[in-house]
Amino acid sequence: MTERRPVLAVIGAGPAGLAAALAAASRGVRVVLVDSAPSVGGQFYRQPVPGPGARRSQMLAHQRRTWDRLRAGLDVHLTAGRVTHLSDRHVWCVERESGRFVVHALLGPAQEESAAVRADAVLLATGGYEKVLPFPGWTLPGVVTAGGAQALSKGGLSLPGRVAVVAGSGPLLLPVATGLAAAGTRVVALIETAAPAAFARQARTWATTPVKLAEGAVHAARLLRRRTSVMSRHMVVEAHGEDRVESVTVTAVGADGRPAPGSERRIVCDLLAVGHGLLPHTDLAEGLGCRLDGASVRVDDEQRTDVPGVWAAGEATGIGGADLSLAEGHIAGRSAAARLTGTAPDPRGWARAARTRTRLRTFFAALESAYGEPPARWPEQVTDDTVVCRCEEVTAGAVREAVAELGAGDLRTVKLLTRAGMGWCQGRVCEPGVAGVAGCALAPARRLLARPVPLGVLAAPADPTPPQ
Amino acid sequence: MVVGAGTVGAACALYAARAGLEVILVDRGPVAGGTTGAGEGNLLVSDKEPGPELRLALLSLRLWQELARDGLARAFEYEAKGGLVVASTPDALASLTDLAAGQRAAGVDAVPVDAHELRDLEPHLAAGLAGGMLYPQDAQVMPALAAAHLVRASGARLETGRTVTRILRGPDGAVRGVRTDRGDLRAPAVVNAAGTWGGDVAALAGVALPVLPRRGFVLVTEPLPPRVRHKVYAADYVADVASDSAALQTSPVVEGTAAGPVLVGASRERVGFDRSFSLPAVRALAAGATRLFPFLEHVRAMRAYAGFRPYMPDHLPAVGPDPRVPGLFHACGHEGAGIGLATGTGLLIAQCLAGGSPELDLSPLRPDRFDDPGHPDRHTEEAAPWIR
Repeated sequence: MTERRPVLAVIGAGPAGLAAALAAASRGVRVVLVDSAPSVGGQFYRQPVPGPGARRSQMLAHQRRTWDRLRAGLDVHLTAGRVTHLSDRHVWCVERESGRFVVHALLGPAQEESAAVRADAVLLATGGYEKVLPFPGWTLPGVVTAGGAQALSKGGLSLPGRVAVVAGSGPLLLPVATGLAAAGTRVVALIETAAPAAFARQARTWATTPVKLAEGAVHAARLLRRRTSVMSRHMVVEAHGEDRVESVTVTAVGADGRPAPGSERRIVCDLLAVGHGLLPHTDLAEGLGCRLDGASVRVDDEQRTDVPGVWAAGEATGIGGADLSLAEGHIAGRSAAARLTGTAPDPRGWARAARTRTRLRTFFAALESAYGEPPARWPEQVTDDTVVCRCEEVTAGAVREAVAELGAGDLRTVKLLTRAGMGWCQGRVCEPGVAGVAGCALAPARRLLARPVPLGVLAAPADPTPPQ
Repeated sequence: MVVGAGTVGAACALYAARAGLEVILVDRGPVAGGTTGAGEGNLLVSDKEPGPELRLALLSLRLWQELARDGLARAFEYEAKGGLVVASTPDALASLTDLAAGQRAAGVDAVPVDAHELRDLEPHLAAGLAGGMLYPQDAQVMPALAAAHLVRASGARLETGRTVTRILRGPDGAVRGVRTDRGDLRAPAVVNAAGTWGGDVAALAGVALPVLPRRGFVLVTEPLPPRVRHKVYAADYVADVASDSAALQTSPVVEGTAAGPVLVGASRERVGFDRSFSLPAVRALAAGATRLFPFLEHVRAMRAYAGFRPYMPDHLPAVGPDPRVPGLFHACGHEGAGIGLATGTGLLIAQCLAGGSPELDLSPLRPDRFDDPGHPDRHTEEAAPWIR
C-alpha cells in the first residue's frame, strides 16, 4: 500500500478557498474542495451562466488575469487528482472526530440527501454575507440587496427592474452600480451615506494601494459616462409603491445623523439595490468551537484558528475583499500543507503574501473607518409598523415594546420575546436591523446548524466516503 | 432581593410582591438569559414519580392555571395541551401503568390509552406502539415570555446587567443585601434564584449548595401546520430524568408550538458548561423523534441550541430558608422542570418571606440537606466544579 497523502478539506471555492487549495495541493496534500455552487469562483468570480446570448464577464483586466491563473492551476491539480472539487454541497456541520474531521453536506439544489467527507484538517473559506438595514418599504418587490443585484448581473440573469437606484454604504456599491449599468439597467442614482471628506482623509492609505485606486477610478468613470447622479452623505429613508417599488425618498444626512429637514426628494425607479457591506460567515467555525474576534474568526499569522487542525481565510476572518482573501488563502494553504506533511512551516516562503495581507488589512481598516457605521440615527426612520424580521413578520414596534416593557437588553432576549430572527434565515438578514431598532449591540446568534437539515438526515447522516 | 431573572426568580418576585413585600430583581444578564431562554416550557406532572417534586408540580400547575385565567395566557402562550406518554413494548407499558397508578393516588389525572386509540389522539404517530397514557394536566408555556411577563406583573424593580459579587452580612451573620459591580443593594432577605449558577451565589454567602450543570440540546424545526397535538414522549423519558448517569441519554419529547415549529428535546449529559455542538446528541434526538413521528424525517431542523439544567445530586430543588445564613433563601436546582415548578416555588418562598408557614412541607427540599453526613447522596457526588 502506498503512503496515504493527508487530506485537507477546503470549504468554499471563492478567492480564499481557491488560493488555499492550489497552495496546499502543490505541497503534498490531497485537497477536497467543497462548495455550494455548481462551479468554482464564489461570489467574486461569479461567471455568466453559459448558454445562448450569454453576457461577457464584467471582470476588470487584473481580476481576469488572476482568475485565469487560478482556473489554470486548478485544472492541472484536478487532472492530476490532487484536488477533488465537490460542487453543489451545502455544508451543515463539520464534526470533530478523534483528531480528524467529518464534513457533512446536503446535496444539490434539493438539499434533502447528505454526503460526508473525512479529512485530516479543515480550512474554512466560507466568505461573508450581506448586511441589510430595514426602512419603511424595504420589503416591497423590486428592493434587493446590493450583493443580490450583483450576483444577478454577474451571472447574466435578468434583473427585476430597468431603472435602478443603488444605495447604502461601503466599497461594494460602486462595482454594483457599474455592474448593473453594464447589464443594461439605467442607474439613476448612487446614494452613499458616508461623507466624501472622511473618505478623502484616507488618501494616503489609498495611495499605497494603486490597484484599488485604479479599480475605484475605473468604476467611477464608467458611472459618470452613464450619467448616474452620485450623492454622498445621503440615505434612502423610504421606498414607495403598491405592488412593487415605484420610487424612493432620499434625504441628506445632517450633522446629527438625522435627515436634514427640507432635503427630501423623490426618485422614480423600479429597482432599489441596498447594502451596508458584509459580515463574516462564522457558523461552521462556531460549531467547531473556534474563538471569534468580534464578528470574525480569530486566526494567527499562519491563519490557524484556536482549534487544532482548523484554518480560516478570507472574509470569514474579517471583511477585506478578494485580494486579501487570495493572500490569506495562500498562507493558510501553505501552513496547512506544511503541518499536515510534518515539515516546519516557513513564513519566508509566503513573505510576499504576508506583505499584501498587512497592507490590505490596514487599507480595509481605514476604509471601515471612512465609511464607518450608517448614521447613528437611522433606526429613528424605521416606523413602528415596519416589518424588521421578514421570516416571522415581527415589526419594529414589537421589538421596541420588548425593550421598553419586558426588560430585553440584548439581541438574544429580543429574539426570545419577539421571535425576530427565529425564522428561516435564523437572523442572518434581520440581526443588524433588529439590533439597531432595539438599540443593543450586534451579537450574532450562534448557529450550530449552518443550514436547515431534514431530521431524517440528522438521524442518520451519511458515512464519510474517501475522496475518489 | 431576588438574584436571578429567570422564570423561578420572576415567580418569586411576583408572589413576594403579592404578599406585600417590596422586591428588587437583579441579574448579571438580561431577563431569561440563562436556562429559561434555552428551555421548552414544560409544565409536566406526567414525568414525576410520587413524592415532594410531584406535590410541588401539582401546586405549580394550579398556580399557572390561575395566572392564565387572570389574563396572562396569551402573553406567555399558555397551552393546556396535555401530555401523551407512549410505550413501544408491553414491558414498558406495564411499568408506565404502575407509575400512573402511584401518580393517580397522588392526585394526577392519568388516562390509559389502548394501542388502537393512540392515533385518535395523535394521527401522525408511528404504527406498532404498545399503548400509552394521557395526562390531561400537562401544559406548556413559552418560557422567556413567561419570565418577562411575570416580572412585569410583579412590578419589581428590575436591575439587569448587574452582577452580584458578594452577599452582605451584618455582625450577627444575617443578610443585609448584596454588593454588585455597580454598587450595593440593601435588603433584609436575599433569594438565590440563580438556577444553574445557584451554587456560585450560595458560595458568595459562604455556604455550599451542590448545583451542577446537565447539558441538554433542543432541536427546532421549520414552522408546520399543527400536526402534533400533545406533548408526546416515550416512556423511557421518565427513567432518563431520574437517572444519575453522566453519559449522554436521549429520549425524544416531541411537541408542536403556537408559533408553528415542532420542538424536539431532550438530551441529558453531564459535561460541565461545554457549549460546543454535539452531533451525537442531536443525532440521537432526531432519531428518537422520527421513530415516534415518521413524517418528521422530511421536516427540516432549523436550529439546535444547548442549555444547562441546574441539577442537584438527588434530583430535587433547594427551596426555602438556609438555616446556615439568616435571611438567605434558595430557589434553585430544579433541573429540567424549573418552568413547571417555578410558580409553586415562588409562592412557597413568598410564604416563608412573609413569616408564615409554607403550604407544602419543605423539609425534603432543605438547602442544607447535603451537609448531613447521613444523606444518601452526600458520598455519591462528583468533584465539585461549582467551587472555583
